[in-house]
Amino acid sequence: MNGWAPAPLIANPWARWGFYSGAALYLMLALGSVQVNWARLAEGLKRGGSFVGAFAHPDFVSRAAEISEGFIESLTMTVVATAVGVVLAIPVGIGAARNLAPLPIYGFCRALIALSRTFPEIIIAILLVKMFGFGPLAGMLTLAFATIGFMAKLLAEDLEDIDEAQVEAIRASGASAAQVLVYAVQPQVMARFVGLSIYRLDINFRESAVIGIVGAGGIGATLNTSFDRYEFDTTAAILLLIIGIVMAAEYGSGIIRKRLQ
Amino acid sequence: MPNSELSQGRIGWQRRTGRARLAIWFAWLVGVLFIVQCWDIMNAETIWDFVWDAPQQAGDLLGRMWPPRWSVLNRLWGPLWDTINMATLGTLLGIVLGAPVAFLAARTTTPSLLIARPIALLIIVSSRSINALIWALLLVTILGPGVLAGIIAIALRSIGFVGKLLYEALEETDASQIEAITATGATRGQRLIFGFLPQIMPVFAGISVYRWDINIRESTVLGLVGAGGIGLQLNASVSRLAWPEVTVMFAAILVTVIVSEYVSAKVRAHII
Repeated sequence: MNGWAPAPLIANPWARWGFYSGAALYLMLALGSVQVNWARLAEGLKRGGSFVGAFAHPDFVSRAAEISEGFIESLTMTVVATAVGVVLAIPVGIGAARNLAPLPIYGFCRALIALSRTFPEIIIAILLVKMFGFGPLAGMLTLAFATIGFMAKLLAEDLEDIDEAQVEAIRASGASAAQVLVYAVQPQVMARFVGLSIYRLDINFRESAVIGIVGAGGIGATLNTSFDRYEFDTTAAILLLIIGIVMAAEYGSGIIRKRLQ
Repeated sequence: MPNSELSQGRIGWQRRTGRARLAIWFAWLVGVLFIVQCWDIMNAETIWDFVWDAPQQAGDLLGRMWPPRWSVLNRLWGPLWDTINMATLGTLLGIVLGAPVAFLAARTTTPSLLIARPIALLIIVSSRSINALIWALLLVTILGPGVLAGIIAIALRSIGFVGKLLYEALEETDASQIEAITATGATRGQRLIFGFLPQIMPVFAGISVYRWDINIRESTVLGLVGAGGIGLQLNASVSRLAWPEVTVMFAAILVTVIVSEYVSAKVRAHII
């Protein structure tokens, strides 16, 4: 009758029940260590209601100057950071491809990529704000640094997967190393690289909304201020604008990437 | 653009016509001008004196950060435990909330293409466009500082991620298996459990572990806006300019992120 059941995800019963009981134990410990201040929470729920209500009547007007300045800063920061990051990612990516670079250069470029990818952007932003002073320049450098790690890693992976036959054919015609790069390697990876750059533009805009919290310019600073002043109507307006721009950028980049392929 | 000049100035093979090359050259010009313009606008208020002394500042900072004050580690274990909990519980909550959204968003499983699907897609895109730090900023204002705000922030950000990847997996399921289940007279619920679930379970587990790994990285900094965990300690040390402590915290964050990345890669390699 009911003898059949779908196969479980973890086949070994010991491993399965071990995993379940371990997970249950962890959940109990973890939930036990979460301290909730119920009085503060009840008070907060009311404020939460007024925040959700603010989305019904976002206030674009009374802080219009700050909002537009923040968005212009964020957008220009995003464009410059993506351009700088993508250009710098090309040599780093080539250096991090084992089939193209000698071992010492490979090691150095891989270390740089790992460093850029491991730390959250906001921590890099804290350090760069300390060095370069407050403002969008520090933010731009943060985003450019993160872009280098992201783009160089993906470029290096693509470069390691290229068709060697084409490289050999160009080399057999007597081409120099630079000519091999331009005529044999570049055409194989270019389309995806451009697509990824546009994707990274999206990500950089989203990140630019965050790093302002630590003083690196952009809309994040405006957003933070509006929270501090409890001006939830303005906050709602900024969040709606961010969502709108991200949606538009995602839609646009989707079209461009489809045409590239 | 690939073109080559033979000896005696004769033009050899060229990939594009003269007009196409002109158009491409013009596009580059416009692009570069646009970027330069952005640079100018961005730096309108930059104080260059602060920028030029950056190398000195960097040297100064490094000097202060070294040697690290390792004794600080003793009060980092609690915050680290909080950080991991925020990521894990937040991921769980995100999965619980994100999975139903994915079922509503996928063409193959949605109850209505006209109403439920657009709403589900809107939820996914809103959650994806707003970083966990901004959610945390918001929730700390509403709920007060603490781990709870961090958990919910992580969960809200994860809904979109889990929802998007899962609904794409649901749309790529093998239709013949669903049809076979339907042919046995299965109800809607049975079709989900016996037709769709077995096909997406490995992807689902993979997505969850992957998101958990990203969430560990994000939860290390949520404390900067007051949501608990090691970020809170980091913020305190940065504001007190206690740089030797900051070094230790960076090291702790680095190790946590690398370990979580390793675990996630191992588990995903095992599942897929």
